[in-house]
Amino acid sequence: MSYIKPKFAHPRLPKNPLGYTRKDYEGSISTLCAGCGHDSISASIVDACFELNIEPHKVAKMSGIGCSSKTPAYFLSNSHGFNAVHGRMPSVTTGANLGNRSMVYLGVSGDGDTASIGMGQFTHVIRRNVNMTYIVMNNGCYGLTKGQDSATADYGSVSKSGHKNTFEGIDLCLLAIELGATFVAQSFSGDKSQLIPIIKAALSHSGFSFINVISPCVTFNNNQGSTKSYDYVREHNEALSTLDFVPIKEEITTTYDHKEIKLVEMHDGSLIRLNKISPEWDPEDKLSIISAIHKSKSREEILTGLLYIDNESIELNELINTTNTPLNKLVEKQLCPGSEILESINNDLR
Amino acid sequence: MIIAIGQENRFEWIERNLGIEFDQWDMPVIDEKTFCSTREGVFFGGDAAFGPKNVITAVAHGHQAAISIDLYCQNEDIKDRPNPDIKLFSTKMGIHEWSYDSDVTTDIRYIVPQANKKDTLRNRKKEVELGFDLQTAFKEAQRCLNCDVQTEFTENKCIECDACMDICPTSCISFIKNEDSEDTLRMKLLVPAINKEQDILVSDILKTGRVMVKDEDMCLHCGLCAERCPTAAWDMKQFFYNTAKAGHICYV
Repeated sequence: MSYIKPKFAHPRLPKNPLGYTRKDYEGSISTLCAGCGHDSISASIVDACFELNIEPHKVAKMSGIGCSSKTPAYFLSNSHGFNAVHGRMPSVTTGANLGNRSMVYLGVSGDGDTASIGMGQFTHVIRRNVNMTYIVMNNGCYGLTKGQDSATADYGSVSKSGHKNTFEGIDLCLLAIELGATFVAQSFSGDKSQLIPIIKAALSHSGFSFINVISPCVTFNNNQGSTKSYDYVREHNEALSTLDFVPIKEEITTTYDHKEIKLVEMHDGSLIRLNKISPEWDPEDKLSIISAIHKSKSREEILTGLLYIDNESIELNELINTTNTPLNKLVEKQLCPGSEILESINNDLR
Repeated sequence: MIIAIGQENRFEWIERNLGIEFDQWDMPVIDEKTFCSTREGVFFGGDAAFGPKNVITAVAHGHQAAISIDLYCQNEDIKDRPNPDIKLFSTKMGIHEWSYDSDVTTDIRYIVPQANKKDTLRNRKKEVELGFDLQTAFKEAQRCLNCDVQTEFTENKCIECDACMDICPTSCISFIKNEDSEDTLRMKLLVPAINKEQDILVSDILKTGRVMVKDEDMCLHCGLCAERCPTAAWDMKQFFYNTAKAGHICYV
């Protein structure tokens, strides 16, 4: 099978204000199974970064281990990246974030990497409100080791071998909201029109943004009875709202009926426009979303869209007042300010 | 058989009472399929048939005229012609298995070198175009786009995972809502299909109510869509074309 992608591109590919085309945000050819949901998420990340006009070298893509964590090779080949130990992506990203706060941090993880081996790290990265976007490519199984049930496999979901899952699945969105995540969304890899604006909003959010993307494993978890198959998710998908992301400077010219539309202003001045909003939910009210998720579960629905957002949050670097200068740009004079200053620090501690 | 080469057609040497008709441009009237003139048994091909065209066209004319001559000599109907040999079968092949290099992609066309104008203008017999050297000619031929592979779409197998749309190097596949008019649909594609001389392929309605639209103008026939398709809704078909040739053995 092909191990190279042709360099041909459409001659009329649209360019963003930086002069890049979508092609400049792509990576090498995917080695995942044909039809893997993860590839659609990679493509959505490419689209989101292209449309947000992000310079590729300003992005750091971080990942752990698993099918999902292989994907950074398949998008943004001109960006920085770090492939961490299994489940340890959050702490590596925290470190990188403290070292250089000027980058856009995009963490990519899977259900195993997050909900099993990396659970401890996941909870603490949320607690600390690290300024990053954390995407879980959630397929409910361990695709890399022949499709065993993962910790996010729903109770009663049937695996390809016919086995019914007897354990409760972890709901990562509920957990993230509970732990204080400041931006939580759920989406489906088969619905790019929803996923792309969510990724754009998450990348623009100041603080920890979590996106749980249900991403069917075509090889091991796309069978009848599975609750993470293309067919099941399409049938049970219940969007809380449809949303657009309006970047800063783009003027809103139409007037809206505010019963149906809610505008959420982001830290940087950009806007999230939520259309056809569900009456029982307010994205800025934690309690409403927690009860909406529980209600949807009893109706066997999968809630998708932006679930919760807190725009007042203070991200880690601001909270602990770190320097704006990347650590590798600090010179000796700044790092060793002299014995007088050391003396005053020591005096403060006495 | 008369073989001729030159800059222009001149047929003064053909007597006008032989039954070979000439048109207003003093060119013989030729049947476009059989290459037969208005006089049975006299055939024309190349520039002499329909005016200046390139060498590839002339060779194709030669093949077709040869078939006519063969049929004519066998006392058979020259209009009853053999078909070319076409084979189309399901296959999977990576783009590195193409018959042409897939790597030399962004090269621009090589310019055929020309002799010094001072020399060519002084001596009208001097050849102007020098032609490629072996290496450049080879590279130029490798720049050729691939036509080995055809792709075929079957709606009821598609699970709409978007894999084909994501991999397509020329962004020619879109999954979108259908429109009433073709022109509106053309403008709604991932990249608008503005070349109306080339068709767009529109599938039947898929499960989610969308349709698959492919802009044939941009398709490279790389077959990556079929390679990334989990359900073989895109089928990669290898294509063989052998032109029909004179002589009984080649009749299909």
